[in-house]
Amino acid sequence: MEILQLIVSGLANGSVYGLIALGFVLIYKATEQVNFAQGDMMMLGAFIALGLGNDSQIGAPFWLACAGAILAMAAIGWGLERAVLRHLFGQPQIAAMILTIALGFLLRFAAGAIWGHDPLALENPVAGKTLRLGGTVLGLDEVATIAVTVVLTGLLYLFFRRTRLGIAMQASSQNQLAAYCMGIPVRRIHGSIWALAGATAAVAGILFASKGSIDPGTGFLGIKAFAAAVIGGFGSLPGALAGGLIVGLIEPFASRYLDAGYAQIVPYAVMLLVLVVRPHGLLAQVHAKKV
Amino acid sequence: MRVHFKTTYDHDIRLFADARDALRYGLLVALAVALPFLLDDFLLGEATNVLIWAIAGMGLMLLTGHAGQPSLGHAAFLAAGCYAHAILMGRFGLPFAASFVLAGVIAGFVGVLVAIPALRLHGIYLAIATLALSILTEDFIVLAEPWTGGVAGMTAPDISILGMEIDRLGSPDSFYWLCLAVAVLVTLGYRNILRAPFGRALLAVRDSEISAQAMGVSPARTKTAAFGLSCMTTGWAGALMGHFFYTFNHEVFTVVISIQLLLMIVIGGLGSIHGAYYGAAVVAIVPQAINVARDWIAQVSGAGGVAIPGLEVGVFGLILIFFILFEPLGIHGRMTKWRVYFELFPFYRRDMFRRQKSYLRTERMR
Repeated sequence: MEILQLIVSGLANGSVYGLIALGFVLIYKATEQVNFAQGDMMMLGAFIALGLGNDSQIGAPFWLACAGAILAMAAIGWGLERAVLRHLFGQPQIAAMILTIALGFLLRFAAGAIWGHDPLALENPVAGKTLRLGGTVLGLDEVATIAVTVVLTGLLYLFFRRTRLGIAMQASSQNQLAAYCMGIPVRRIHGSIWALAGATAAVAGILFASKGSIDPGTGFLGIKAFAAAVIGGFGSLPGALAGGLIVGLIEPFASRYLDAGYAQIVPYAVMLLVLVVRPHGLLAQVHAKKV
Repeated sequence: MRVHFKTTYDHDIRLFADARDALRYGLLVALAVALPFLLDDFLLGEATNVLIWAIAGMGLMLLTGHAGQPSLGHAAFLAAGCYAHAILMGRFGLPFAASFVLAGVIAGFVGVLVAIPALRLHGIYLAIATLALSILTEDFIVLAEPWTGGVAGMTAPDISILGMEIDRLGSPDSFYWLCLAVAVLVTLGYRNILRAPFGRALLAVRDSEISAQAMGVSPARTKTAAFGLSCMTTGWAGALMGHFFYTFNHEVFTVVISIQLLLMIVIGGLGSIHGAYYGAAVVAIVPQAINVARDWIAQVSGAGGVAIPGLEVGVFGLILIFFILFEPLGIHGRMTKWRVYFELFPFYRRDMFRRQKSYLRTERMR
């Protein structure tokens, strides 16, 4: 039954990667910018929940702390778009890329200055509890992580498919000028998508911090989420989740069956392979232009 | 105000626009050569650092600034140059000059190998792929322990050119001159590339691959050559960096260095050779400035020295945000604007450097 446990812990880790990757994809889908600070937003969301919820800090009830963190990160996401990224409107993609890298530096610095650089754990109701399924023992925190992720992805998928706002977001991504002409408030759309990405990042952060501990350097996890997003296909929400799960599953098996030095490079090697063979990911959304 | 009355086509591509220009750069080089007599050893070390970063920056500038291919993985090529040089010189006993040149060629060859699969990737995908490359390099250095010394690292061999011993600590003056010579040669080479048809092909590919193709420029070949040249230059910087640090292991060439290189040339000003130097200067000055400011605050407030970990990175991020928002052309762009302002005084108009904005369209529907 060792394999099942490996699978579940892999899926749980993969869910977190998938959620961060979802944040990338959300922003990329709607604004055609890539948010290199998504991992750091995840880290900040976790720290806000921790600051509100932990007994040594403010000591609010867990659910209240989670809601507070999600709202706060949505506000921060919206604020970042409003204050900084909106000024990049109409500039090349690389400018946004570098700007978000710099924002990531700042968020990391802010978290380090407020909460210090030691690893901290988020106190939560599912920590340490286990779930017995037949002969296997599964961590409740891991199962909860997977469940939350699946639900959230489903909701986001429906949001992009069914709601007016979701479709407007897709339209503004495909062609900003045409979207303008159809009466879509492109800038406001960008603001709301950043808020949504911030909220997603907070959820990912809370899930990650519930399973283990976080420190300001946790944001570098974002790079792994990049691998996830690329494997699944930038621009595809189910793809992001699938990519996250693939990376999550590769990791425990690679470290179980490969030598120490090789295990950690496997996710990136897979990503490079996908980039070379199928540059737009497994669930690609690229269509040939019709002339 | 200077008026350039052009009588031949050569005027457009001359190395220096006019005699005054040539004099200015001549004076700058003279000052740079005289620097060891003006500065103490610590500051000279910083100047050497700036030169090495500037060489690496010029490598990345060719690829990102002029060919328009963003790379977040140039630490990999720094590492390639550094280790190739150390192995060629330390293991195989090659003389410095031969080993140095070969190290650059090896790094450039690695760059071409990377470029061939990377040709299919654009913009953001290329950035991510090179980011992965940079991460893989760190692990690769550890895994290739018999060659690279793994976690324990390597030490740079001693340099001797024509019987003259050059050592970073023992004779900082001559090491500085060595770096200066490399920097000047690289700059001249870079400038000449830009004057040649290949340089204009680079710009054409950057601005529009389709129109470049229509003009008979092969984007694939141009991008591959740009990768090769860029990585070769960065490899030379890596070789010098190895001598500068004396001992090095995988931790010297982290992905953070890759990111810092890209941020550096953006601060300096994308698409200009000057930008690489300005950016390198900023990267070298910021930590020192923070140290000075910290000491000053400690003195004024009377409290002991406050150490805030990560402050350097935070300040660097802040500088970068300000530049992207308020001066996307970087330090070089700001300097050019000032110069034009004074040269045209009082006829400078605010919109002279205004760039055309473009509406983004998705990359997913080409």
